[in-house]
Amino acid sequence: MTAVPNLASALSRSRLLNGAAEWFLQYFLKPIGQILLFAVIAGSSISLLALAVGFVLQTDWHGIDILRVPARINLFEQVVRQLPNMLLDGITIGFVYAVIALGYTMVYGVLKFINFAHSEIFMMGAVVGYEVMIRLRDGQLLSELPPLVVIILMIGAAMLVCGAAAVVVERVAYKPLRGAPRLVPLISAIGVSFFLTDFVRAFQALNRNIFNMPYPTDLVPFFGARINIAEGLSTTNTTLIIIISAIIMLVGLNYFVNATKIGKAIRAVSQDQATASLMGINVNLMITITFMVGGALGGAAGVLYGLKTTNVTPYIGFIPGLKAFTAAVLGGIGNITGAVLGGLLLGMLEAFFSALLPYFPALGLGYSDIFAFAVLILVLLFRPTGLLGKKVDEKV
Amino acid sequence: MTLLKLENVHTYYGHIHALKGISLEVNKGEVVTLIGANGAGKSTTLRSISGLARPRSGKIIFDGTLLNNLPPHKITRMGIGHVPEGRRIFPELTVRENLEMGAFTVPRRELAERMEYAFMLFPRIKERLNQLGGTLSGGEQQMLAMARGLVLNPRILLLDEPSMGLAPVLVDQVFEAIERLHAQGTTILLVEQNARMALQVADRGYVLQSGQIVMADTAKALQNSEVVRKAYLGEE
Ligand SMILES: Nc1ncnc2c1ncn2[C@@H]1O[C@H](COP(=O)(O)OP(=O)(O)OP(=O)(O)O)[C@@H](O)[C@H]1O
Ligand SMILES: [Mg+2]
Repeated sequence: MTAVPNLASALSRSRLLNGAAEWFLQYFLKPIGQILLFAVIAGSSISLLALAVGFVLQTDWHGIDILRVPARINLFEQVVRQLPNMLLDGITIGFVYAVIALGYTMVYGVLKFINFAHSEIFMMGAVVGYEVMIRLRDGQLLSELPPLVVIILMIGAAMLVCGAAAVVVERVAYKPLRGAPRLVPLISAIGVSFFLTDFVRAFQALNRNIFNMPYPTDLVPFFGARINIAEGLSTTNTTLIIIISAIIMLVGLNYFVNATKIGKAIRAVSQDQATASLMGINVNLMITITFMVGGALGGAAGVLYGLKTTNVTPYIGFIPGLKAFTAAVLGGIGNITGAVLGGLLLGMLEAFFSALLPYFPALGLGYSDIFAFAVLILVLLFRPTGLLGKKVDEKV
Repeated sequence: MTLLKLENVHTYYGHIHALKGISLEVNKGEVVTLIGANGAGKSTTLRSISGLARPRSGKIIFDGTLLNNLPPHKITRMGIGHVPEGRRIFPELTVRENLEMGAFTVPRRELAERMEYAFMLFPRIKERLNQLGGTLSGGEQQMLAMARGLVLNPRILLLDEPSMGLAPVLVDQVFEAIERLHAQGTTILLVEQNARMALQVADRGYVLQSGQIVMADTAKALQNSEVVRKAYLGEE
């Protein structure tokens, strides 16, 4: 050991440090900044919409009779008062949609195929989370283990099972149909969807003789504990866990896709399969990995959704799946960044309508899903490439 | 020593009989050119070698190994670099990422060295590393396509119409690069419509017509042949 390090090694060390700083900036700060920016964009645009709607409806407008808003409710005031909670709610569910949407968009990117069974992979994630939680409870571990460990076990198990399940589905139901007309794998996906729902239903019926799988979150006080963010705005640890886990996954996926050799190869495959194979890339393997990653993300999202709603059945996949698909289309299908923006926008929009609808007794909360699908139809009609999508060149 | 050998290869696209019994050889260190009119089957010959098209019968042998039933990525891993017709740059990957894909099979520690080699042949590329592939000019894309085929250090390079659609200056640059590769001992199978230039850089050549080889000779002899001059060099 020399007391004075020689110049060359000092230089190379500083270059290494620079490299690390650059790496941190590129794959950590930048994506987090982008995600926050998207949250701000989605939040402010939906806030403006909410305020505008509240403002218009507070005036003595003739048509309002149809909606039977009780007199003396000032809608504008209500909207202003509910806005912070609405935004928080919107961000939470928006991140869940974003993580699910990635599965649709990645598979679409490489195969130009919409994997409608992804919603059931998501549902299976929620079920695996339930199984882990129940087993921990039965082993008297649920309230013993640190809550963070519980979450990691749940998400980890869901990612493993769902990643594997997505790969099996691809092998069995899609791969043999490659090269068939586009409608054929689509029908197959719908079939897989029904199969998985019934499979989980039958499995739980035989296994536990139950159909509903409520998460026993009340056994862990940490989950429900409230934290005050600001005056009149508080939230639960669960909400924070959902947001933070989703951000970790989005940043992780960004790193995987943009910085790793496999991630780059997946992007190459999504742009030009034949040429990718000329590079020595095993196209089938990349497709398998895409399904695995998309399935794992879907599974993780299932756990987050289960923690949020605490009510899981074999049928919970369909609606959130369709909403996440809408988010993917809204952002531009095949575009990973777009899926995040689309998810956040859709989550906010839904939170806004859920907050507003109770004021219209003629409508009621049951209609909150309609808006997501109205968005889907509008996007498909007026901007099928989505917000961040480019011209879609149909691949034959 | 024969590096690549095709024996009576027949390739179909559905019912279209594109290759009707192609036989050819490329020896180590040689530049061999394949010339012929549009639709003669030049690209199909290269695609059959690299596995993108499946020959129905015949044999394709590379360094003693039968390639017929191997998938393209395994064929590439044996050291066959194919620079496809129309360049086929990944438009949404940066130039650097395009090169990294070309070097997909190269071990990490050799990557920098292989990249430097490509930059030496095509210095222009080095200035464009962080630009998206799709935003390069046609000439730059061709340079990148060739560099991408070279970074894997191929034992044979299949070039499909590298001069297509390029301005004369760039055509010269492309052929200069081919000459330099030849001088360094790289084995090349060159498909060209620009028969004049191709025959100038090649050692030997084959003339393809409607999926069949109609002439095979040294490049010199082909340049002087009456038929070739009339049909492919546009001379009277
Ligand atoms: N994907 C395909 N499907 C059907 N037929 C094809 C396909 N690709 C090529 N062919 C046909 O096979 C024959 C040989 O085509 P190929 O592309 O090999 O010709 P080429 O000599 O490379 O021509 P060019 O100079 O125009 O590139 C042509 O008749 C072409 O129409
Ligand atoms: Mg061709």
